[in-house]
Amino acid sequence: MDNFTVGIVVFPGSNCDRDVSWALEGCLDIRTKYLWHESSDLSDVDAIVLPGGFSYGDYLRCGAIARFSPLINALDEFVKSGKKVLGICNGFQILTESGFLPGALVANKNLNFICDDVELDIVSSKGGWFNNVDEKQTIKLPIAHGEGRYHCDSDTLKKLIDNELIALRYKNNPNGSSFDIAGITNEKGNVLGLMPHPERACDETIGGTDGLFTLKSLILK
Amino acid sequence: MDQFAVKVFVRLRPSVLDPAGEATKSASIKLGAEGIKSLRIGKMIEVKIEGNGENEVREKIDLLCDRLFANTVIEDYEYSLEKL
Repeated sequence: MDNFTVGIVVFPGSNCDRDVSWALEGCLDIRTKYLWHESSDLSDVDAIVLPGGFSYGDYLRCGAIARFSPLINALDEFVKSGKKVLGICNGFQILTESGFLPGALVANKNLNFICDDVELDIVSSKGGWFNNVDEKQTIKLPIAHGEGRYHCDSDTLKKLIDNELIALRYKNNPNGSSFDIAGITNEKGNVLGLMPHPERACDETIGGTDGLFTLKSLILK
Repeated sequence: MDQFAVKVFVRLRPSVLDPAGEATKSASIKLGAEGIKSLRIGKMIEVKIEGNGENEVREKIDLLCDRLFANTVIEDYEYSLEKL
């Protein structure tokens, strides 16, 4: 795993790319590489993070324009090969807009931009994203979003439940998400999208370390 | 080549809560407007586009609406088309 490299995608308007890099390099000693969205060469990265932010100013819909970047086009093969992709906040929005994950993220029910720490129940650890060593079933992570209300139709919700694709649920649903959903995976489990920010919970001095495992799991099989 | 002016209307599906619409409805009532039963906010996109006839232009607009202008998981769309 010495040369394992996590690619962090940078779109115009991404603003959590450096936080993710800091958490991976500084807290976990995992090598990272920034990938400009116009690149489609993913040959030298072993996992990918789509970080938070406001790609393309959230124009049209959050994640709608980013979906057409060369890098997202190249992501299909990467995902099919079984390599891990983590979409955080705007990254989650991009993953739903581009069809890697079902559903959509729309304006919070109360219309507020919510910046807070939230408690989350780990529902499924498909893909190994939340296999914490102490089997902790509840974690606390920060959220910071205006459009984080997860929405899907009832058939999709049933599929998510039946196939154990719901990774995280809010304990006290802050944004009106369907079924309190905060994060989901694809069927294979190698793609995780979540609204909370694990990279902002990687050091006790900034309020907690509950996000460490999810980032560390990028390098785990 | 013919040129067309297209107006695309994108609306949240009826099953999707529209909190901005609800807030605007509430403000409308505070303004004194009576009888408002429902208020929902959508988008209108104006496009000028060239093509060989209406059918070809409709094909292009259908693709744009389906893949970019609307997210059909949460939104419906319709459009009107006028030859210039």
